[in-house]
Amino acid sequence: MRYAMAVDTKKCVGCSDCVVACQTENDVPIGYCRDWIVEVTDGTYPQLELEHRSERCNHCENSPCVRCCPTGASHYSDGGIVMVTKNKCIGCGACIASCPYDARYTHPKGYVDKCTFCIHRVQKGQQPACVAVCPTKCMYFGDLDDPNSDVSKVIKKRKYKTLIPEAGTKPQLYFLI
Amino acid sequence: MREELIVSGRMNPHIDPQLQIWEWHIPAYLFLGGLAAGILFFAGYFFIKGKSEEYPTAVKLAPIITPVLIVLGLVFLFLDLKHKLYFWRLYTAIKLESPMSWGAWTLMFIMPLSGIWAALNIESLFPKWDWKFDFVKNAIKWLRNYQKPIAWAMMILSVILGIYTGILLSAFNARPLWNTSILGPLFLVSGMSTGAAAIIILSKSKKERHTFAQIDLLLIAIELFLIVHMFMGFRASSQVQIDASEMFLGGDFTAPFWVFVVGLGLVIPAALEVMEMRNKKVPYMVAPALVLMGGLLFRFIMAYAGQMSRWLY
Repeated sequence: MRYAMAVDTKKCVGCSDCVVACQTENDVPIGYCRDWIVEVTDGTYPQLELEHRSERCNHCENSPCVRCCPTGASHYSDGGIVMVTKNKCIGCGACIASCPYDARYTHPKGYVDKCTFCIHRVQKGQQPACVAVCPTKCMYFGDLDDPNSDVSKVIKKRKYKTLIPEAGTKPQLYFLI
Repeated sequence: MREELIVSGRMNPHIDPQLQIWEWHIPAYLFLGGLAAGILFFAGYFFIKGKSEEYPTAVKLAPIITPVLIVLGLVFLFLDLKHKLYFWRLYTAIKLESPMSWGAWTLMFIMPLSGIWAALNIESLFPKWDWKFDFVKNAIKWLRNYQKPIAWAMMILSVILGIYTGILLSAFNARPLWNTSILGPLFLVSGMSTGAAAIIILSKSKKERHTFAQIDLLLIAIELFLIVHMFMGFRASSQVQIDASEMFLGGDFTAPFWVFVVGLGLVIPAALEVMEMRNKKVPYMVAPALVLMGGLLFRFIMAYAGQMSRWLY
């Protein structure tokens, strides 16, 4: 099993619904967020190109955060989802410094927090909160090992990119272009 | 022109707009760890060589302050933790891929060793020292039989401790400035140089000071070579590392690094040590004091600048 997410940059309008859904679903403390929208403007007026990306933890296959964690709090869970065990985390910050995507932050309670791909929903067969609420249905989630999952099908059909693959992390967030 | 904006208003504290996860605690600890490693290395080395009488400061006096340095460093590390009550989790796991894990274990072993070494030597420096309890006296008497293996263990562990302070940072692929394997040896050599400097400051014998000035001079030369080598590596590497080196070659850190770390912290003390060797009248405290200042500043600059360097996407 290999969970992954695909985000269609042609469909995303940058409404931030996914951000709010995540904050609500996961009780993210005020002023923090586990996912966010990046707006890229390329070119000079009037030849402009616009891209919207809903970004979050890439649940890398070769995660520097799991490697750097001195206590084993950061670990791979079901389907390669990168998780943090709260009562093993000492809040040293090594994983935050090691993440090229800056996807982690220190929770006000002291431990490190991040996107979980809504593992509590996924294990019940539901979609992650951000995917479920997307009004343009630009996000796809599923098991890459299953050729019939939403994400496998869309990745097969469309061109995509991942973020800084040259960092060697093997990210599992695919951006359809 | 390309502009990337986070439009959903991401402002995660300590990460946005720029990573600030490590403040003064970490560079201060890296300095203390390197200094302790340097002092313990020389203590172990000259004891094994049988030169305890020739270099009493290096073998006996200076190591007495190392337990204090290490404990202070650990206090700083503890203060840096955000989930403090769980710090003991460091010792319920051994993760070889995480430098912080084996660094924590190294400290776990070297701290008692440095304490034992201090206890073994404290009587020779303070003749009126009294342990009060017989079992302490007996334990120290027993440990004295094993002083040579202790010296070996101390020497090996001090090298691991010194090199770990650099590898801790170089393991982070996400921060291009740190992500160079030169950083391990560079921090080790710099730590040993600060150790030699501390010995010079504490020493009362001219001969000992002279020897350690020579050692320090060699270490400074190696350090300068490694610094040049590090920047050559950055310039020849990928765009993110070229950008990282720009911070020191025209960017914000240019003046503090080249003036205070390289100039005042390495080149001038080296020149003063050469002058002293040629029997010119130089106050002997100046060069080692500058070395210590340079070592401390070097770690602060590397820790802060590293957090400013990042991948672009």
